Amino acid sequence: MRFTIVVQGGPYTSQASLSAWHFARAVVATGHEIYRVFFYHDGVYNGNSLLTPPQDETDLHMAWCTLGRDHGCELVVCIASALRRGMLDDGEARRYEKPLANLNKLFIVSGLGQLIDGAISADRTVTFGN
Amino acid sequence: MPANPGTQNAPSIGTTAGPAERPNKTLLFVQSQAPHGTLYGQEGLDAIMMGSAFTECAVLFVGDGIYQLLANQDTSLLASRNYSVSYRALADYGVEKLYCTEADLQQRGLTVADLVVTPCVIDSRALQALMTSFDVILDF
Repeated sequence: MRFTIVVQGGPYTSQASLSAWHFARAVVATGHEIYRVFFYHDGVYNGNSLLTPPQDETDLHMAWCTLGRDHGCELVVCIASALRRGMLDDGEARRYEKPLANLNKLFIVSGLGQLIDGAISADRTVTFGN
Repeated sequence: MPANPGTQNAPSIGTTAGPAERPNKTLLFVQSQAPHGTLYGQEGLDAIMMGSAFTECAVLFVGDGIYQLLANQDTSLLASRNYSVSYRALADYGVEKLYCTEADLQQRGLTVADLVVTPCVIDSRALQALMTSFDVILDF
């Protein structure tokens, strides 16, 4: 079965991101497929490559990156949510003349259409955090 | 609130339709948070408008979410956008099905006359039926 996972909670702010990551791992571990992980609202902070949690805590940003790299999961952050919260890739940082980009390259900046497409195209859509 | 795990209208388990044979799924957006304290309502409304470009959409207001529809909001001192007026434009986007429950209105001392648009007021039994009648639920 194909899943779209919607993450709306910020890392370390609520349980949402961690639960979503556990769920995503369970999806691939049981032979199912992740159609897309869509980060919306504060969920976009999961793409922040500057996150530096203590070494004895789960590095959620790296955890998502590993999932994306090892399983080819599409990690999409909503551009409107991301820009509003200062989450920029190289292109957006240049466009808005900001001093740095902080979005990891494994995350794709795209529009809300990806959320709707994900909801329509996957067999199940599961939302974490609100 | 977890996402809807499926309804009688959803494709059978294991269906993986490609883009060409993509099922025309119906979306129910659930607005459950009061406006302005968080961005859930405003960003949820953005998602509703995008959804309307793809497929049939409806909106359910639950709990404090109904406050998003309160008329005459003055957000000038909050430095926060009064997006409640945008709900009036939803019909132009083809989103004409708006729902709330009688209990949520009563508990907050509201009637539909206090709102910027007039949602369909339903009881808890109809609420259950409504939520199972959509293929996908996206909650904010």
